[in-house]
Amino acid sequence: MNASIAGALLLVARKLLTAFVQLLVVATLIFSVMYIMPGDPVLLLLGADSNPSPEAIAAMRSQLGLDQPVLSQYFVWLWNALHLDFGKSLTNGYPVANYVMQNLPRTLELAVAAIIIAALIGVPLGIAAALKRGSMRDTVLTSIATIGISVPVYIVGTLLVLFFSLKLGWLPASGYTDISRNVLEHFRKLALPAFALGLGLSASIARMTRSSVLEILGRDFVRALRAKGMSERRIIWQHVLRNAAIPIVTIIGLQLGNLMGGTVLVEAMFNWPGLSTLLVGAVSARNYPLVQGAMLAIAAAFILINLVVELLYSLLDPRIRRKRS
Amino acid sequence: MIPAAILRATRSQPAFLASIVLLVAVVLIGVFGSWLAPQDPFLLDPQSVNQGSSAAHWLGTDEFGRDLLSRLLIGVQPTLLVAIGATAIAGVFGTMVGIAGAYGRPLVQFLIMRSVDIMLSFPPILLALLAVGFWESGVLSLAVVIGVLYIPHFARVAHAATLQVSRMEFMEAEHAMGASAGRVVFTAILPNILSPLVVQATLTVAAAILLESGLSFLGLGIVPPEPSWGQMIGTARGYLGQNPMYVIWPSLLLALTVLAINVVGDRLRDILDPRLREE
Repeated sequence: MNASIAGALLLVARKLLTAFVQLLVVATLIFSVMYIMPGDPVLLLLGADSNPSPEAIAAMRSQLGLDQPVLSQYFVWLWNALHLDFGKSLTNGYPVANYVMQNLPRTLELAVAAIIIAALIGVPLGIAAALKRGSMRDTVLTSIATIGISVPVYIVGTLLVLFFSLKLGWLPASGYTDISRNVLEHFRKLALPAFALGLGLSASIARMTRSSVLEILGRDFVRALRAKGMSERRIIWQHVLRNAAIPIVTIIGLQLGNLMGGTVLVEAMFNWPGLSTLLVGAVSARNYPLVQGAMLAIAAAFILINLVVELLYSLLDPRIRRKRS
Repeated sequence: MIPAAILRATRSQPAFLASIVLLVAVVLIGVFGSWLAPQDPFLLDPQSVNQGSSAAHWLGTDEFGRDLLSRLLIGVQPTLLVAIGATAIAGVFGTMVGIAGAYGRPLVQFLIMRSVDIMLSFPPILLALLAVGFWESGVLSLAVVIGVLYIPHFARVAHAATLQVSRMEFMEAEHAMGASAGRVVFTAILPNILSPLVVQATLTVAAAILLESGLSFLGLGIVPPEPSWGQMIGTARGYLGQNPMYVIWPSLLLALTVLAINVVGDRLRDILDPRLREE
């Protein structure tokens, strides 16, 4: 018992350390990329067209701390970022942290909605295909899943808009309404982006569900239960699905982190004002502090979600714990 | 033996055969697209903007009255160049990194594989966005950026395969005979890890096409007036009401191409490496 608690603590410690190192490396990467990239933020800030005087440039440079050695800039930046201070937007001087805090929940909401949709579609289809392996139903479902994986998310999104908002007029094509202002409108605008993001994912969830269920169906204990004369229905519901559930749920959880990347295109095409929209806009405007803050927030969300999911499942399922360690 | 197996698969699996035919056609269009184009893909015609298909324009016209079919035909090339270039970069460097990660000194192994893990823990599109957002965007820079982003994926595969090979007896024999590291890598390791690398290459081509078209869709990839399918889809979104077929054609072609690559990749995996088979 003690040994297993110690093992669990060790596992938590190791995963925390890994996540911390990952964050540190990503933060360093984000910081250094800003210095490799062309374009002078000071000129941008003062407006290159207005021909600022050298004194004004120097003054701004020291105000931003850009006249310090790069290494000390790095540590100051890192220290501030640790305190959730990402500096101020170059265009209007608002704190970057405010933008991040405003947009982060919207991105998370989109990702969570998409994953719920994907699971609700993908898991039943995957189970249905696995239970009738090799049948016509299996072939059709597996082919649909392969197609679903191949169609890019922005094509799915465009087709959804074409059909559900232009043709049928059921749902708005894009935009965002805050939930505090109009609950129904909020979810109506969430529907299409969430489906666009969720449909492709449901295809890969269906594929993975199918192979996990098939894997369990091939185990010896299933054959034993059959030999014992247990009804097929009971075998499937009580034994097969229960055993297949853990890998399926783990896979779905890990996809949540990956969705942080998938939101980039979906947010852009549906004008969903999340972190990716913030990032794309900031990149185009060369708004360095905003780019850094948004990137770091997305990376941190990605790493933390994966950390939490992995920890939860490896602690819940002793088999995963043993396999990983 | 392997070509024979591929030939057999084309006979028994029509989807595989169809995918290969489609991919060959796409490559041919990529090479000869500008000759095949029935009209000048850059010719503006303000008189016939956003039209449906007609005798003059088989697939209709875009928002500047340019011939859609011609633009679709020449739009293949940048996408293919980016995908192949990126896969070549990722394949060469990823394989080297992966072999070094399995075969180098312990410290080298540790540093390489931990960096690979960290790179893998980050969505590629975000890094690509950052890179192309600041640099001049074009076929070469897109290929380099996407190629670099997929180095860790190749490295992971090459690493695992090399570890497997290095446990085999002929490796011991090589060492016993005093073979140099270069000889071991080129004559013993590389030929034996080729199969998973080929499969990984098909996955990377598909991923690179998706990434390039996604970036072009966002307006951060191939620069207009030069067309690419992703960029055409992105532009066509603004004209869904006037000319829905404008978005349908490039979407269909792009989706079919990626689907064909995935089908071929799945089959190749079954043929080249039966142990990796899903079921």
